Amino acid sequence: MADLVTTRRRFLTSTGALMAVGLGGLTEPARAQGVAPTPSMRGGANNYRPGAPIVKRIGGGGFWMTGTVRRAGDGVPLPGQRIQIWAHTTEGHERDARSHGATLTDENGEFRLEMPQIVPAFGQAHGHLAYDSEEFESVFLRPVMRRSSDTSLSADFVLRPA
Amino acid sequence: MRGIGAGPVVKALVWVLVTAAMIAPVIAAANSPLLAWRDPIYIAAGFAGILGLSLMLLQPLLAGGDLPGLSGMRGRRVHRIVGGLLLVAVIFHVAGLWVTSPPDVVDALLFVSPTPFSAWGVIAMWAVIASGVFAALRRRMRVPPRVWRRFHTALAVVIVMGTVVHAVQIEGTIETVTKLGLCALVIAATIRTVVKLQVLAKRPRRQPDA
Repeated sequence: MADLVTTRRRFLTSTGALMAVGLGGLTEPARAQGVAPTPSMRGGANNYRPGAPIVKRIGGGGFWMTGTVRRAGDGVPLPGQRIQIWAHTTEGHERDARSHGATLTDENGEFRLEMPQIVPAFGQAHGHLAYDSEEFESVFLRPVMRRSSDTSLSADFVLRPA
Repeated sequence: MRGIGAGPVVKALVWVLVTAAMIAPVIAAANSPLLAWRDPIYIAAGFAGILGLSLMLLQPLLAGGDLPGLSGMRGRRVHRIVGGLLLVAVIFHVAGLWVTSPPDVVDALLFVSPTPFSAWGVIAMWAVIASGVFAALRRRMRVPPRVWRRFHTALAVVIVMGTVVHAVQIEGTIETVTKLGLCALVIAATIRTVVKLQVLAKRPRRQPDA
């Protein structure tokens, strides 16, 4: 009986190790093929208002939404891309026009927009970001804050040509 | 079924505990900082949810005849009224959220919401509606009492579990400690009543005042 237990344990250990190595190996080729496009998240487009103006800052600020925009495949940073941002904040509900704003990525494909503090709404402290222009396929993201006391949130886009 | 054959002190204590457990979350939520950043309708929707959870504590206690002064037929009548209030609270909760953010509520109702707790809330909502509909129709449909009791208990368990999972996972105006306390009591009361009424027994025990 003891032999059987030992055998099973050894079997599980070796199988587990094999799977860990095997799965690690499986992800390698995918990376080699290039950077995969970011899929839209569930509920990402909720309360979206197309055409939010490009602003220096949404409302009074105090909270930072940051992120990067890259091209699928080669992962090249994309400058000058318009990212729209909205959330339930200390200054308004998601659906309110004043809670919406847009910004452009810099030469490194990075964006950074100051906005009011995001507060929990519909059970979670979360923000919304959209890429919704001509050149690439639209992507809507809905990142969740780890703690509602956080004063920044980030989201990265990898876009596929339209 | 007689309630606990207890003295006036214990009876008073039961009421104090139940009332405190029901009111504490409401008072705590009334002091939530999140209220400052919400429209009145959104605030009302949140409180409808909290009140619904509070009412849920009364239901198993009334069904089990555990509330002093409200056992037997009286308890059943109050159970029916509280059930109606619970249904109204759920409708207010969902309607208020709908007005606040229609796409989020549509996602929840279609079970495609990004938040895992939404689905539990929607499941509990349908169980509350089903309970109300069958409670209203069971005489006309001539449902045998034992079948009704098992079916209603099954729905009640779904309502309690769905609501507790829903409530525990959300970060909202409801305060954490009072929320968890109330949820624990609702679960305890539900288990107590299901065991006490022997819903799962082949033959339900005869009840002196049924």
